[in-house]
Amino acid sequence: MEVFVQQLINGITLGSIYGLIAIGYTMVFGILGMVNFAHGDVFMVSAFIALIAFLILSAWIGAGLIALTLLIVLIIAMVMTSVLNWAIERVAYRPLRGSFRLAPLISAIGMSILLMNFVQVAQGPRNKAIPPLFADVIVLFTVDGYDVTVSYKQIVIWLVTGVLLLAFWYLVSKTALGRAQRACEQDQRMAALVGVNVDRTISITFIIAAALAAVAGTMYLIHYGVVSFADGFTPGVKAFTAAVLGGIGSLPGAVIGGLAIGLIETFWSAYFSSDYKDVAAFSILVVVMIFLPQGLLGRPEVEKV
Amino acid sequence: MTAEASKHASRPDIVRALRAAAFTGLVAFGLLLPLIAFRAIHDIRNELVLETRWPLFAAFVASAFVGQLIWQLLPRDRLKKMLAEFSRSPRKLAAAASTCALAAIILWIVGTAGFGAEAEIAFGLSYLFAFATIAFLIGAAAAWVTTRYPTSSAPGRERRHQIGIGLRMAGLGFLIAYPLMMLWLAGSQGSIKWIDNFGIQILIYVMLGWGLNIVVGLAGLLDLGYVAFYAVGAYSFALLAKNGLPFIAFASEYPYLAVDFYQLGPWAFWVLLPIAGILAAFWGILLGFPVLRLRGDYLAIVTLAFGEIIRLVLINWVDLTNGYAGISGVPRPSFFGIPFIEGEGGFAARYGLKFEAIHRTIFLYYVILVLALITALVTIRLRRLPIGRAWEALRENEIACRALGINTTTTKLTAFAIGAMFGGFAGSFFAARQGFISPESFTFMESAVIVAIVVLGGMGSQIGVAIAAIIMIGGTELMRELDVLKVIFGKGFDPTQYRMLLFGLGMVLIMIWKPRGLISKRQPSVFLKERKAVSSAHVREGHG
Repeated sequence: MEVFVQQLINGITLGSIYGLIAIGYTMVFGILGMVNFAHGDVFMVSAFIALIAFLILSAWIGAGLIALTLLIVLIIAMVMTSVLNWAIERVAYRPLRGSFRLAPLISAIGMSILLMNFVQVAQGPRNKAIPPLFADVIVLFTVDGYDVTVSYKQIVIWLVTGVLLLAFWYLVSKTALGRAQRACEQDQRMAALVGVNVDRTISITFIIAAALAAVAGTMYLIHYGVVSFADGFTPGVKAFTAAVLGGIGSLPGAVIGGLAIGLIETFWSAYFSSDYKDVAAFSILVVVMIFLPQGLLGRPEVEKV
Repeated sequence: MTAEASKHASRPDIVRALRAAAFTGLVAFGLLLPLIAFRAIHDIRNELVLETRWPLFAAFVASAFVGQLIWQLLPRDRLKKMLAEFSRSPRKLAAAASTCALAAIILWIVGTAGFGAEAEIAFGLSYLFAFATIAFLIGAAAAWVTTRYPTSSAPGRERRHQIGIGLRMAGLGFLIAYPLMMLWLAGSQGSIKWIDNFGIQILIYVMLGWGLNIVVGLAGLLDLGYVAFYAVGAYSFALLAKNGLPFIAFASEYPYLAVDFYQLGPWAFWVLLPIAGILAAFWGILLGFPVLRLRGDYLAIVTLAFGEIIRLVLINWVDLTNGYAGISGVPRPSFFGIPFIEGEGGFAARYGLKFEAIHRTIFLYYVILVLALITALVTIRLRRLPIGRAWEALRENEIACRALGINTTTTKLTAFAIGAMFGGFAGSFFAARQGFISPESFTFMESAVIVAIVVLGGMGSQIGVAIAAIIMIGGTELMRELDVLKVIFGKGFDPTQYRMLLFGLGMVLIMIWKPRGLISKRQPSVFLKERKAVSSAHVREGHG
């Protein structure tokens, strides 16, 4: 029981990071119908931006105002990653819109290789470790000498994720921008006819996706305290799994899928073997794709002739 | 009057160009500030500290600004027209080729005469000019054929067809002569690099590309986990060659039945090559079954997951595969039973030659050449069989295909199985060539490289796949050889670091430039009255 509660806490933390990345996949897939393969690497780049912003600021502000530092780091990472993803869409995907279906996917794979190797060359291949932040823990209860704890960093991750998800949900469901986005998802030509600027809406979708990935990247850095150039691929595929599990195109589905993947991964590591935790995540992807392709909350895709 | 008018017309152009350039510079500033201007490094106490690189950062931003400015100010339409004219005129192309040849020769002489850094640069440039000469010569020949034998006339088409066959024969002759030519040019020590790193390495990827081409190019099933079959081939070869073929042995005492291993000795490679291929084909069917219903992107992601699962199992099943450490001492191929060893009974002693490592390298080259050619021939023949036509029908439209009564299940599974089989052959060749395999060789990146080769070559085009493999693999291998870059960027510059970076960039750029690959024309296998190539822009694909 105590192990279960502890793993539940850890799993929700991990799952909220996956959920944030998954939203990026699901939004882009919803509007363009393409798997943005480079999204995992955008997430990794955002973690690097956060790392560098953190190093600059912690030298400048000092270790005292850690909360303020992190807030600024978060904002810097969100803004810069948004610029990056905007540029990627502009350069690598927009010229291929309307081309044959696999072209954007191949371009995205190329972009993913490019980003990963760019960071490797620019920042070096070693793991970058920062000193632990918010390492203190709160002991919730103790059973037979086993402390069930929740650390401050986990609380920070939950709070930031929760607040940003609420803001994001408001943006998508209540504003004109969100309406334009949903219109483009349904029918781009129709949306353009009724006065929606499709190009701009797609750009903004990529910007939002990147901003959420940057939140995930910053949280990942706080959670693990270490980041390397190769960290984009596996979390990226897991987040994509989350998006598929939740039903691709569905935003609440992405969050639920992310939490589910995070929980499954932590429980698998705790009760079975941590060696095969990635195998578990990939197997879920395969099983869901085959038996439940529309996901938990998605609409089934009907192909017409 | 005209000067006045052109002044008025050009001023907003400059303003617009400056504005665009400033914007690009600003975006470059924002993008590169965190990752180029700063570098997080571990200091002596193993703490992360920042190092600043302002000059490098400034250079990047400035080149973005200047690049965009030039791009905006170039009279692009006129240039495009000039370029089109140039590429159609055999005479102009031949003139360009001879100019480049002259420059290459002069630089070569300068390089041999001088020494030090200048000589290095001169040599590097002379190589570049030599490549340009070859490119222009090919262009000139192509332009000459185009103007001399237009496709609009029937004899012209027939003549072109003959030229195509002649070119293929010449290419084959070059491939057969290549290692001997290199041996003659560079000697038995110097030629190992050229035969192994360029010849064998490129041919492995050509073979993998052709194998995957069956799945992606012909059947239209985007498989991002092809490396799994390569891994299956490599591991089955390595394990069976090291441990021997398992069989059930009868014993006179309890437990009566036991597993024994039959050692294969020097024939291991030749016995296990087909077995590895069959095992890979089996895995192709096994992994093909669950994905029968999937299409497009979903299929791509599931096959990616399969590839990763197989790699993770190879890493974690330490008892069988030795995990990350990999399997070393994999038996090397023999010359049909005669091993390449020094001394009694070896290849050299048997044929009265002096023992040299190059013998095995040349033999391996011919083995992979034959394997790759078998792949190509089988594919060409299969395309004309009902099953090949079913594959292409499946690629164009699955629903119509089913409506016509084609069994999509067997069509898909045969594509997976045959594609996987060639991957398995290539894998067992890889294991035998390296003598060592580890899961590191079978990452997703490898799959992405093979898919890139197939798509960039033009899906379904065999020649295109071969050209793409030569450009992508040969180009990145060539990066190692460019000592001239070391002279320009300083001694610490390691061009190999940038291989994959440029590979990714190349993928994106080629996709933007030619989304349908380098060779985007299709030769149909059946035709009415006359042979006519179809632009792939007219066909739908990737819907498998």
